[in-house]
This record gives sequence, C-alpha cells and structure tokens, in this order.
Amino acid sequence: MLVSVLVFVFASLVTLGAAVAVVTNKNILHSAFYLILAFVGVAAIYVMLEAPFIAMVQVLVYIGAIAILIVFAIMLTRRLMSKDMDQKNAQWIPSALGSLTLFVVLGWIVYTAGWPAQEGAMPAEPISQLGQDLLTTYLVPFEIASVLLLAALVGAILIGRERETRSAE
Amino acid sequence: MADLINLIEGWITNLLLGWGASEELTLFLLQALGSVLVVIICFLIVIALIWVERKLAGRIQDRFGPNRAGPFGIFQSFADIIKIFTKEYVTPKGAEKGAFNIAPVLAMASVLAIWAVFPFAINVIGADVHVGVLYIVAVSAFGILAILMAGWSSNNRYALLGASRSVAMLISYEIPMVVSLLVPVLLAHSMKLSVIVKAQQPWWYLLVAPTAALIYLISSMAEIGKAPFDLLEAESELVAGYHTEYSGMKFGMFYVAEFLHQFTVGALITIFFLGGWGGPLAMRWPILGVIYFYGKSFLVYLVISWIRLSLPRIRIDAMLDLNWKFLIPVSFVNLVAVAVADRVMLELDLATWMYVGVMFAVNIFILLASLFLAGKSKPVVEREKFPPRPVAVPPGTES
Amino acid sequence: MSIPLNWFLVVAAGLFCIGLYGVLSRRNAIGILMGIELMLNAVNINLIAFWRYLDPARLTGQVFAVFVFAVAAAEVAVGLALVIAIYRNRDTVVVEEIDLLKE
Repeated sequence: MLVSVLVFVFASLVTLGAAVAVVTNKNILHSAFYLILAFVGVAAIYVMLEAPFIAMVQVLVYIGAIAILIVFAIMLTRRLMSKDMDQKNAQWIPSALGSLTLFVVLGWIVYTAGWPAQEGAMPAEPISQLGQDLLTTYLVPFEIASVLLLAALVGAILIGRERETRSAE
Repeated sequence: MADLINLIEGWITNLLLGWGASEELTLFLLQALGSVLVVIICFLIVIALIWVERKLAGRIQDRFGPNRAGPFGIFQSFADIIKIFTKEYVTPKGAEKGAFNIAPVLAMASVLAIWAVFPFAINVIGADVHVGVLYIVAVSAFGILAILMAGWSSNNRYALLGASRSVAMLISYEIPMVVSLLVPVLLAHSMKLSVIVKAQQPWWYLLVAPTAALIYLISSMAEIGKAPFDLLEAESELVAGYHTEYSGMKFGMFYVAEFLHQFTVGALITIFFLGGWGGPLAMRWPILGVIYFYGKSFLVYLVISWIRLSLPRIRIDAMLDLNWKFLIPVSFVNLVAVAVADRVMLELDLATWMYVGVMFAVNIFILLASLFLAGKSKPVVEREKFPPRPVAVPPGTES
Repeated sequence: MSIPLNWFLVVAAGLFCIGLYGVLSRRNAIGILMGIELMLNAVNINLIAFWRYLDPARLTGQVFAVFVFAVAAAEVAVGLALVIAIYRNRDTVVVEEIDLLKE
C-alpha cells in the first residue's frame, strides 16, 4: 500500500523533473538524454497501471528508436546549435503562463469531475486479448496504422536523402 | 534432495520467519539474494570465459595463449583484474562528465538486466513476466544508448565515429533478430520464457525452426559486435571505437559487458532454440536443469567464439547489404511460412513427429531457396579489379 | 489499486503542459519535436489510466495507446527527415529562420 504510493510519487517526480529539464536545458543533447529519463519514468507509470506490454513497447519504441533517432539528428545538426545560443524564443513568457494556466484548469477539472465507477475485471490473458482485439474489432485502424508507418518510412527516406540532381546543376 | 535450490529457499524462509521477519520482508530478502546470486555467477563465469576465450584463440591461431600465471595460465584473468583495478581513471579534456561516467554502468546493466527473466530450471525462474521476450528486446535498447553516450561524451572523433557506426549496425540488425524471435513466440503461443522452454520438450525449436535459429545467431553476433561484425571497434580504422578514451575499471566494465553479452546470447539461443533447461531427468531433478542450461549456453558461446576467430572482418557496405537485402527478407518470409504451416498442421491435427518433420522441411527449403537466389543476384557495386601485386619485388626487376 | 485515478491524471496533465511549453518556447526544431513526444506520452498515460480504472474488461485504452505509438514513430521519422533536409538546404534548425513563405 505505502510502497506503491512511494514508488508512484518517485516515478512521477522523476518523469516531471526530467520533462522540465527537457524543455529548459540549454544544451539540446542533454535535453535528449533527459527525454530518455522521462520515457523511463512513463514506462514505470505504465507498470504501476498493470500494463506491462505497453511499458515494454514504450521502452522499445521510445528509447530504442525515437530517442536514438533524436540524438542522431542532434549530432548531425550540432554545429549550429552551440551552447551559448539562446534556446528560448521571444514568446517564452506568455507560453509559460499559458501552459501553467492550462495545467491549473486541467487539474481543477480532474479534481472536480466525478469519474464513473470501475466496470468489470481485467481479462485473464490481457496480452493475447489485445492481440485478438487488434485483429478483429480494430482491424481497419490496425491496417491503416501499418500503411501510415510504411508511408512515413518511404517519405522519410525520400525527404532525407541527398538529391543527386542538385549537385548536377 | 531432488530439488536443492527450493530446499535452500524453504530453509532460509523458515529461518527468517523464525527470527520474526514479516512475510513481505522475507520475500524481498529472498528476491534480493537470488538477484545477487545470479549476478555473482555471471561475473564468475566471465572470469572463467576470458581465460577460455584467450586459450581457445591461442589454439585456433596456432599460439599458446596465456601460459605463465598458474597451471595453463588459469590465474591470468585474476592478474588482469588486479591490474585493471589499480589503474588510473583518465577523463579526457572536454568530455561530458555525466554521460561519460554513466555509459559503462549502462552498458553493464543492460546486459545483466536480461538475466532477470531467465528460467534456469523447471521451478527456478527469475521474474516470470508475461512479456519476457519483449523485455529482452527492450532492455537491449539501453546497450545501444550506452554506446552512443560513450562515443559522444568522450570528445573524440574516433569514439564518435565508432559509436555512430555501431548504432547504425545495431539498429538495423535488431530487425531480423526480433522477427526471428517471433518464430518461437508463435510456436509456443506465449511470450513467457518459461512457457517457451516448456513447449520445447522434447522437440527443440532448433529442429522445428532451424532457419530462425540461424538468422538469430547471425544477427545476435552482430548485436554483440564481435568479429566478423566488429566494425565498431575496428582497430586498424578506429583505434578502439567507442571506448577509446576509457581506462581502468570503466574500460573493464565495457570489456566485461562485452564478454557477458556473448554468454548471454548463448543463454538466449539456449532458451529459444535449444530447449533451455531441458535434458534427460531435468524434470525430476531441477538442479540438473540448471547445469544443462549453463552447459548449453557455454557450448553456444564456444560456437560463437569459433566463428568469430575464424572469419575476418567484413566491409561496412557488405555488412549492411547482408542485413537489408538478405536477412530481413528471409526472416519475414520464414515467419509467414512458419505461421501458415503451423496453422495448417494444427487444423490437420498431425502427429508431433510429422509436424516437426514438415516444419524442418519448410525451413530448410526456405533457407536453400534464399541462398540460391542470393547467389544468383549480382552485386550492385562492381569493385575495381587490380592485378595481383607481389609484396616484395626482387631488385632490378622493377618496371 | 491504492492510488486514486486523479493522481495519474494530474501527472499526465503536468507532462502535457510541460511538453506544450517546450513546443511553444523552443527555437530548435528538434526541441519542438521533443516537446511533442512529451505531449504524446501524457496522452498515453491518460489512455492507460482510464482503461485500468474505468473499463479494464475491454482493452480499448491499450489498443489506442498502441496506435499512438505507431503515430509517434511515424511522426518522429518524418519530422527528423524534414529537419535534416532543411538543415542541408538552409543551414539552420531554428524555426524562426525558416520563413521562405513569408518573403
């Protein structure tokens, strides 16, 4: 009882602290490493929510692929974003105020809303149930997601590769 | 007597409960003890493996290997450990201290964490999580991260080059690795490692899915980054790759992580394709299962060492071609074929030996067909052919 | 389930707002992408929390989380490819300097 509360508080503080570091750190590469820490914290929150599959996919997709891609992109473009450059734009004060206001409003809504009570229990085999659902009820979105991924793959290669025609001009 | 490990566990539990510890505390202490034990065994194995590896390398390359410290040089590793502990830590100028120091720990942790979910015997299992296979794949992502951090934070061109090379290699070889891991998952209908091992008694998945096993072996050899895939620390090109700037125990951690990773790959192949703890009488005496498990892992380790000591390093474009143009298509075709064959034969309700035979035939057919097609395809880049040139030319004959 | 649902939602709201601040205040295009990733993560926490607390029998929340993962992966691949392409052509990753359409 107490242990789970402590773990939850620890995980969420790490997540939020790392997230603050992501958006405020002057060195963009450090932000990327803090982003990884934030992803780990979110994975821990998924574990606390009894969704180990989602937690593992979180680590696999976000840390194994997305974070490493981001670190790579930063390394490729590092020359122009040195540490002394200002990383904040002119509108950072209004955006900070706006975000804070949004947080207050969201918090107020969360605390005043009456959430409905829990219905039903968890299925005995949640992972195989998830697989069944993906290929029956949610088949069309599943296929669309795979088409989206393929399109993104092709698009990324097309945009990202060097144009041979330009050098020939 | 039959079940030594659980006997000891029960004894400790009763002892602690007798001392007045609460049940939760007892469970926690036992789990902590188990993890420490697994980690210590891992380290002891690495000490032994370093000696075995060096001796084997010596024999294969027609040398003696270590032979000074103790009989057959078995104390060589201990001498090395003492040396490495007393060495100075050098942090290069301009290095990012935080990342530089975290990277070796992360590299070590990413390998050790895999051991948390292993089934060592029928009733000696680490954390038996529902998503075991996914856990193994996810945890190894931290190893890639460690290499990237080490390479970048060293403030060294060679280190950064080695790191970016290795990340390109590790990310691309993860695809055939994961796809070939899906085959055991599909055959066992579970991602739980203990279920996968149990489903392989007595027909190991090496017989049911040899193609997947081969692809897994090749791609995980690339994941370890040893020859013929050791481009990330190609001595002649990159000094030592991502750990060029590391010294003392920080280098030692990378070194141990590398050895342990090779042994871990052996253990993973044992679990997924060689029946894990399975063997004669392992059901009755689980302690035998533990011995079989470590023994099989060691055998696979030796096979990997043998391959890596026999083959030269391959070029980076050939390495990427092998992955993208051969391993990935073959692993996908194999996955689809195994899935279809599995479904069809479940509908037909065949005997087990026929099932295994048909699966074996399908796999071997796919392997041979893909090798035939790969042999027919022409290389995209025609390499320039130079006439053979003698290294030493007798005087007076130079043109 | 000793932790109330509200706590998870507050954490998610906090993460979302931090990400929003990052998106609005960063000059570096990659920094903006990182902010978007944080916001997507916050959404996912909400989806999983609602699934676990309100309707654990059906796995709709987890299914949606999986789709969010797919979309996030696609988004980051295309986004970073755009950043690299722009960097190559215009030598900058600062979003304020990418103003070809204004001129």
